[in-house]
Amino acid sequence: MSRLKEKIYRWLFTALAFSSLLFLVGIMAVLFKEGLPVFKEVSPANFIFGKSWYPTYSVPEFGILPLILASLWVTAGAVAVSVPLGIGSALYIHELAGKKQKAVLKPLIEMLAAIPSIVFGFFGMVVVAPFLQKVFAIPTGLCGLTASVVLGIMAIPTVSSLADDALGFVPRSFKEASYALGANRWQTLYKVVIPAAGSGISTAIILGMSRIVGETMTVLMVSGGAAVMPSSFLQPMRPLTSTIAAEMGEAAMGGTHYHALFAIGLVLFLITLVFNVAAEVISRRYRIKLGLNR
Amino acid sequence: MDINPARISVENLNFYYGNKQALKNINLNIFEKKVTAIIGPSGCGKSTFIRLLNRMNDLVPGGRVEGSILLDGSDINAPEADVVDIRRRVGMVFQKPNPFAKSISQNISYGLELEGSRKKDFIERKIEESLKKAALWEEVKDRLDESALGLSGGQQQRLCIARCLAVEPEVILFDEPCASLDPISTKKIEELILELKKDYTIIIVTHNMQQAARVSDYTAFMYLGELVEFGHTEKVFTVPKEKRTEEYLSGKFG
Repeated sequence: MSRLKEKIYRWLFTALAFSSLLFLVGIMAVLFKEGLPVFKEVSPANFIFGKSWYPTYSVPEFGILPLILASLWVTAGAVAVSVPLGIGSALYIHELAGKKQKAVLKPLIEMLAAIPSIVFGFFGMVVVAPFLQKVFAIPTGLCGLTASVVLGIMAIPTVSSLADDALGFVPRSFKEASYALGANRWQTLYKVVIPAAGSGISTAIILGMSRIVGETMTVLMVSGGAAVMPSSFLQPMRPLTSTIAAEMGEAAMGGTHYHALFAIGLVLFLITLVFNVAAEVISRRYRIKLGLNR
Repeated sequence: MDINPARISVENLNFYYGNKQALKNINLNIFEKKVTAIIGPSGCGKSTFIRLLNRMNDLVPGGRVEGSILLDGSDINAPEADVVDIRRRVGMVFQKPNPFAKSISQNISYGLELEGSRKKDFIERKIEESLKKAALWEEVKDRLDESALGLSGGQQQRLCIARCLAVEPEVILFDEPCASLDPISTKKIEELILELKKDYTIIIVTHNMQQAARVSDYTAFMYLGELVEFGHTEKVFTVPKEKRTEEYLSGKFG
């Protein structure tokens, strides 16, 4: 009886574990099936490198370079916000904060991740955009910079929490060795702990980036939405995700526009895949380097 | 009888982890250029004791020291004592080899750079000198730039000894240095300790009574946070004064 039970549990959990794989394969299949037909109308090179995105004109153009660049600009800007803040807070929590402070701070920072992205969008529209509009005297505050700032804030918990974990993985014995040689706390932090946690910290940054690239609702609300080649952070932009979100409702099902939006999804998927694989490779190398895999 | 002067004098030393007393009224002298072994069963406080001698227990939250530890006559826990200076004078080799995830030469130059040494030829000379003293030079001289983590456990431990020697300590603390090593590596470390005592004052914590008998001049036996017996190694091992020492040495508990 108990052997049968064991068998059933085995099967059940195996099925559960593989179901997510099934979803992954299914989603990819849909992306390919719905995305690839666009290349019957537009060559892949013109799709990726085309500079004009006019999907609804009488002679439509499907060049997504402005969208890709907008995504990259906004991501780069958001990284410039989230990395110093996220890593700085991780270093503070790990090294300086007392037990009580740590117990309060860490969950608080992680709570940032619990705020719905639409609320972040509101915050961007109502607070950040008018502020930047005033400071830079631009016609609209809904621009690349606003998106960068808001997305950067959104990515802080990811970066901070993973970087804190990476610092925590540094073996205590490294620190002790450093102190025993007469190093003070800062020397130990800069010369031993941070280098040893380096790849873990890079992983934190990359995963923060993949969160930023994939974020949709906030971007849609604050980036301004102009599908033109970006030349300044202060101009409205339209990243990949918000393009799909904004246009999917009006694209005729089965039409070129419809397929083009799926192809954009495919491009996004590839970008985040690259980030995630990079993060995995780096963190694996790091575990080996610290001898944690032996 | 004791020709060498005491380098470290421990007087009425108590140590607490929070409310728990880990060391009870320890009094002990560590003599210059001798090897002092500290033996006793697990949890007897021997590691706690040795880690107080270079103030490594400063890192323990809730740790509290009473009594005094005099290094050349001045209390290392005095408010004016400089912990960096103390740790450079009292080096430490840990239970598990803990080289940094850096190259072999960087592991040694680390301590030198901390004190501001930037001269390349000085650092190179020190690297060679320390590795030779630690009997590792011949094995690694052609791969100084390779990661220290590629070395065997025994080599890593000798690298840690070299790293410690590079900053020119006066006293070296060994906290069960062979606990994770094979017999051949253990033998090398023991030979090294006998070699090093010509120049350094050495304290070694060990689980292994035979090891204490082989390498030490003095032996301290600790039990449940107390120093039960301290004396010349051959006396402690052959004619122990205390019944508990005799019982421990004969394997009645441990």
